[in-house]
Amino acid sequence: MKRKIEASELIFKIIAYVLLIIFAILCVYPLLYALGSTFSAWDSVRDGKVILWPDGFQIESFRLVFMDNQFWVNYSNTLFVTFIGTIWCLVYSVLGAYALSKKRLMGRHGFNFFLVFTMWFGAGVIPQYLNYQQTGAVFASIVGGSSMFDIDLKWLIVIAMGMNATNIILLRNSFEGVPSEIEEAARIDGATELQILTKVYIPMSKATIATVALFFGISRWNGYFWAYKVLGTQQQYSWPVQVYMRDFIDTNTNLTLNYVADTADYKDIGQATSMVYAMVVLAMVPILVIYPFIQKYFAKGVNMGGVKE
Amino acid sequence: MFKLKCDDFLIYDEATGTYSMSAEQQVRDETERNRWKSTGFTLLKDWRLYLMLVPMILVYLLWKYLPMTELLAAFRFGNFQDVADRPWVGFNNFKVIFVGAQATTFWMAFRNTFVIAFYGLLFGFPLPIILALFFNEIRSNVARSILQVCVYLPKFISTVIVTSLTLALFASQTASTSQGFLSKLLAAISKASHLQAAVDGDGLVYSLEYFRSIYIITDIWEHAGYDSIVFFAAVIAVSPTSYEAAQIDGAGKMAQMRYVVIPSILSTVVIMLIMKIGGLLSVGYEKLYLLCPDDSLDNYQVAEVVSTWSNRIGDQYTSRAYGIAGEMTNNLIGMILVIGSNTIARKASDVSLY
Repeated sequence: MKRKIEASELIFKIIAYVLLIIFAILCVYPLLYALGSTFSAWDSVRDGKVILWPDGFQIESFRLVFMDNQFWVNYSNTLFVTFIGTIWCLVYSVLGAYALSKKRLMGRHGFNFFLVFTMWFGAGVIPQYLNYQQTGAVFASIVGGSSMFDIDLKWLIVIAMGMNATNIILLRNSFEGVPSEIEEAARIDGATELQILTKVYIPMSKATIATVALFFGISRWNGYFWAYKVLGTQQQYSWPVQVYMRDFIDTNTNLTLNYVADTADYKDIGQATSMVYAMVVLAMVPILVIYPFIQKYFAKGVNMGGVKE
Repeated sequence: MFKLKCDDFLIYDEATGTYSMSAEQQVRDETERNRWKSTGFTLLKDWRLYLMLVPMILVYLLWKYLPMTELLAAFRFGNFQDVADRPWVGFNNFKVIFVGAQATTFWMAFRNTFVIAFYGLLFGFPLPIILALFFNEIRSNVARSILQVCVYLPKFISTVIVTSLTLALFASQTASTSQGFLSKLLAAISKASHLQAAVDGDGLVYSLEYFRSIYIITDIWEHAGYDSIVFFAAVIAVSPTSYEAAQIDGAGKMAQMRYVVIPSILSTVVIMLIMKIGGLLSVGYEKLYLLCPDDSLDNYQVAEVVSTWSNRIGDQYTSRAYGIAGEMTNNLIGMILVIGSNTIARKASDVSLY
């Protein structure tokens, strides 16, 4: 009897290990493929000869991307939008979530509904787009411009985009979990509301705040659609790097079936594709650097905030 | 004389035979009358708390609620550039998208939204649960952490990169593009004429037959690992004593799964399933837009969902009203699904997401 149990257990364990390892490899394979292709000879990239390890070797693609001015302008835009945008979203989310977590807040249910309703119903792509256009025009008129393209639309992206009600709910739930005795003790010691938030609540909800910061940051770093829709081709110097990468693919490779030899900046499709891979690798670097440090937090953060009322 | 039962707020004076209000009731009335004052006082005392709400409320009002006023355009005639010139036409625009000139593309997009979401659920939902069960088998923390880092990673890759890599790996074999390794591999393995034609033509992503499969596969690739977090938390919450008890009763690994683990995580599974059904209609338009940016592409008929359709026809102001009306319909149905699923989840388990 005992032996049989061990056998079935062992078999299941082996299956679990094997399948998980296969799945994990599949998950990272495309990224390693991109890395391998960056260093492969251009002809090998064009003929689809790269499997994982570089086929042939060159670092010319990387060099060309490093020399590409617009790529780095747009890269720094993304850094800017991610950094300032994440801080901005985090500030109003933490403040709002703290207020919402207080039972004594009057109209608490109303405010909660106000927030949650945006998760249920969205205005849709066109209304949102028209709204961003109007916002841009208003921003421009504040600084004396006449059209939205008179201002640097990076600021529109930073301020008006990247909202996420789920993140606020996560923060609210985490703040609700802080024992009220600690708050009372701090209040008796003469702490103000803001001090209670910064000295008690924020340190006690570090895991959730790190998770939420990661979510905000990632969505900022990866944002494409709205930046492209609002900025269009008119303000290329304000593009985030994702928009530039897509535009580069459109003009220089035939992956989107738009290739016109006359307008392409690089005449060799293999070369351009290899450069795309170099950009992909460079665009992933910040995420790969930050991700392992926050990874240990987010499993905890997600589960804590997830399912409860 | 009879005495009224209500003597806690009235006092009977035997000498004069009249009733007068008790002192307690006077105090009570006084508090009632001053209630608005104390409310105002609490508000004032907590003004900092309300001030903290202001930035969030403002941001949501301006960029989530203000766009909703644009939905009124769905009830206006669309053929004028200036909003004020457009007469009200009631539900005429809805008629056009449901049965009129725009009906073919709208229903195609609506159907695709459902089909893509349904297949996504069918194939994408079980895998995270299986992953969680497998992760539970790995006792070594180091090995598990490494594997988890790998499988969560795709969630954090941008849509542009995911779609670019998808396009590149499944690209066609013709000389006008760089060839995709995976389409080469598939063409070598399978001799199906559809597949060969797609690989030799515009590539698998842009083919009518293979677009959905590739979309679903990449979607699973992106989300399965990350979605397993919730289920993994449920699996490790199972008490070790339950396993021991089952083992003593002679349960093998499969029996333990069947009678211990599955029942314990069932409530989480049911809730997540209900939630997924609730979000059925909110298919990610960014990825679909990037995989099918143009209606001249072959995959247009299966890749167009309501939001990309709305985006496409909304580019010209003449058909903008139809786009707004169509997406509004989609989002209203989506909202009913979400609220319905939440109510069911709450009834079923006392837990809900909101």
